[in-house]
Amino acid sequence: MNFKNWTYLQRRIINWMAKIVLFLFTFLALLPLIMILFYVLRQGGNVLSWSFLTTLPGPTGSTGGMANSIVGSLVMVALASIVGIPLGIVSGVYLSEYGVGKTANILRFSLDLLTCVPSIIVGIFVYGIVVIRYGFSAYAGAFSLALIMLPIVARSSEEIFKLMPGHIREAGLALGLSRWRVILQILLPGCRKAVLTAIMLAVARIFGETAPLLFTALGNQFYARSLSQPTASMSVQIFNWARSGFADLEQQAWAGSFVLVTLILFMNLATRFLGRVRS
Amino acid sequence: MIRHFEIDLQGIKALVLAMGGTVEKALAEVCQALFTRDPHRLAEVHLQEQKVNDLQIQVDNLCVQLIAKQAPVAKDLRLVIAAIKINTDLERMGDQVVNIAHCAADLFLQGQAIKMLPDLLKISERVRSMVRDSLDAFVRRDVSLSQEILKRDDEVDQLKDKIIQEMVSSMRLNTEEIEPSLGMITIARNFERLADHATNIAEEVIFLATGDDVRHAKND
Amino acid sequence: MGVEEAQKNPVLRTDELQAYFGPFHAVKGVSVSIFPNQVIAVIGPSGCGKSTFIRCLNRLHEETPGAKVKGQVWLEGKDIYGKGVDPVLIRRRVGMVFQKPNPFPALSIFDNVAIGPKLMGLRRRALLEEKVEQSLKQAALWNEVKDKLNKLGTSLSGGQQQRLCIARALAINPPVILMDEPTSALDPISTARIEELVQELKNRVTVIMVTHNMQQASRISDKTGFFLLGSMIEYGDTVQVFTKPRDSRTEQYITGRFG
Repeated sequence: MNFKNWTYLQRRIINWMAKIVLFLFTFLALLPLIMILFYVLRQGGNVLSWSFLTTLPGPTGSTGGMANSIVGSLVMVALASIVGIPLGIVSGVYLSEYGVGKTANILRFSLDLLTCVPSIIVGIFVYGIVVIRYGFSAYAGAFSLALIMLPIVARSSEEIFKLMPGHIREAGLALGLSRWRVILQILLPGCRKAVLTAIMLAVARIFGETAPLLFTALGNQFYARSLSQPTASMSVQIFNWARSGFADLEQQAWAGSFVLVTLILFMNLATRFLGRVRS
Repeated sequence: MIRHFEIDLQGIKALVLAMGGTVEKALAEVCQALFTRDPHRLAEVHLQEQKVNDLQIQVDNLCVQLIAKQAPVAKDLRLVIAAIKINTDLERMGDQVVNIAHCAADLFLQGQAIKMLPDLLKISERVRSMVRDSLDAFVRRDVSLSQEILKRDDEVDQLKDKIIQEMVSSMRLNTEEIEPSLGMITIARNFERLADHATNIAEEVIFLATGDDVRHAKND
Repeated sequence: MGVEEAQKNPVLRTDELQAYFGPFHAVKGVSVSIFPNQVIAVIGPSGCGKSTFIRCLNRLHEETPGAKVKGQVWLEGKDIYGKGVDPVLIRRRVGMVFQKPNPFPALSIFDNVAIGPKLMGLRRRALLEEKVEQSLKQAALWNEVKDKLNKLGTSLSGGQQQRLCIARALAINPPVILMDEPTSALDPISTARIEELVQELKNRVTVIMVTHNMQQASRISDKTGFFLLGSMIEYGDTVQVFTKPRDSRTEQYITGRFG
């Protein structure tokens, strides 16, 4: 038989072209990310300095920074995580391990709804039930972030626990472990890395939220003296700078954006790294 | 769907039956030679015995292959085991028939007048029917026929004893009779052995059909 | 069934054991006495209820949603389905090995074996180490893992993982170990080692093993039970079952002429 005929050549050419097309489309998908990073860096790069990270924001004409909003963001994300992560994991475990019946279905449905609620609505909701009574505060900001985080953590941990094969649970039960011991001593350690990845993704997600914080933490030109005061956050600070109308402040907004994007990018990279390391 | 395993089993069975048929044929030839005093038929007996030997090797090979490749169990296992044993019995029966043929040839050669005892004819007929029935029982896995064969073995034993007694007394009376009488005794013994082997086959058939071992328990 | 058995008490006895999955009647009244220091093979076509049967023997069946059990199972003379009996405590008296090797993920080889004894209240490190070593030796795994007890259980090969699971089950000193097709996911060499091991183990425990491999059943078991459509059609000495089964359905199944 003749293996080197025309059709074979044709097939190779088509194959090769398909590869190029696929590569082009992949590049096209990556392009926005590259452009964002590039553009943001070009616009704000020349104000980016160590002092930008360590000083408070100032009025137009002065060299201000975003130290207070970095701290504020970290504090509020940490607070939200303290509440949102355990609650999310517990709900996820509940849904995966006991999730049959009406209660579970209602919970699952509510979590799905909560995921779909636009973050600005979460902000307004927290404004309505917390801020009106107690004023703008880091607590209120953290609360709104926790609400956004909770369904993400819950549903992803549910999926992670469901991935654990049933016979592993049965092996635990057959050994005389009670259900909660199986969850705590066997499933949780087994899922540790995947759960950690899910948590990191959720944290990265709330780091960049602006809308809920506008209505809850408000923002602050200085360091907040306590958690019950209006608190600056990176995204709100960027928002404020951007709409100030002053060219130099707008440039600071670009620099702030670059810091925020870089932080989130590193968080994602760290997650990937954690997910890859296996004893 | 007919499985290859099944085909192999049927093959073993067919070969065992072919062997049985050959033994029967040899037995018929030797009886013919004996009772019609026809030495020419004896050559045929040797030919048949050679066939039996070839078949024995074939059956053994097939059985070994089947055990190694298919690991038969239950009734399949019993069939293979029974085939191996019946195979051995049939081969020995071939030898016994040849022994009779040798004796007959010696007698013919000596030009002795062979005394055709009515009991010898009787024993040969009994043995031939036992051989035929044991093979039939094997084909049909017939337990009751097999049990009947076991009983018939005793009659053959008695006939043999009777022939030996007759021969011994005739030897006492006449020393000329010693050689032919010894020949007759050997022939009777070989017939009796043939019956024993037919009995063995019957026992194997019972094992094949029921899984029970009935050997050495006849008198219970 | 010899005099020997008549003198011993059964280690496990079921009486009209019935199991259901919702409306589906999976095990239909199985009564059997199992005597100590034997290997029992449970054979039968897929879906005949043999796995469900052994899962009733450590009360694991009821963990499946909608599952129900009727009848009685006596383990060393006590009805494990009696009133007020805690299934968790019953499971600590019966070991189980599954089809797929399933060492606990993220636990070391040592911890996989130690988890049972710890649960039973063994806390002292020296005693735990002794117990783990003993169990791994009984499972014929000690020599292969003694230098890497802190490595993950899941880092072992499939056959080693399954022996680790056997060690895990042995560590709670159960009188009975249930095995649900323990070699069906293993290569022939690993399978042979597990089979060898099972025969060693019967000096210590009673092994009840579900298997699809009839040759395996005939090789290693003392008794064989044949299941069909939820009923135990035949139970008897393995040699008897494989040379002259009493029931024609057993014969059809073991000679491969089913259906």
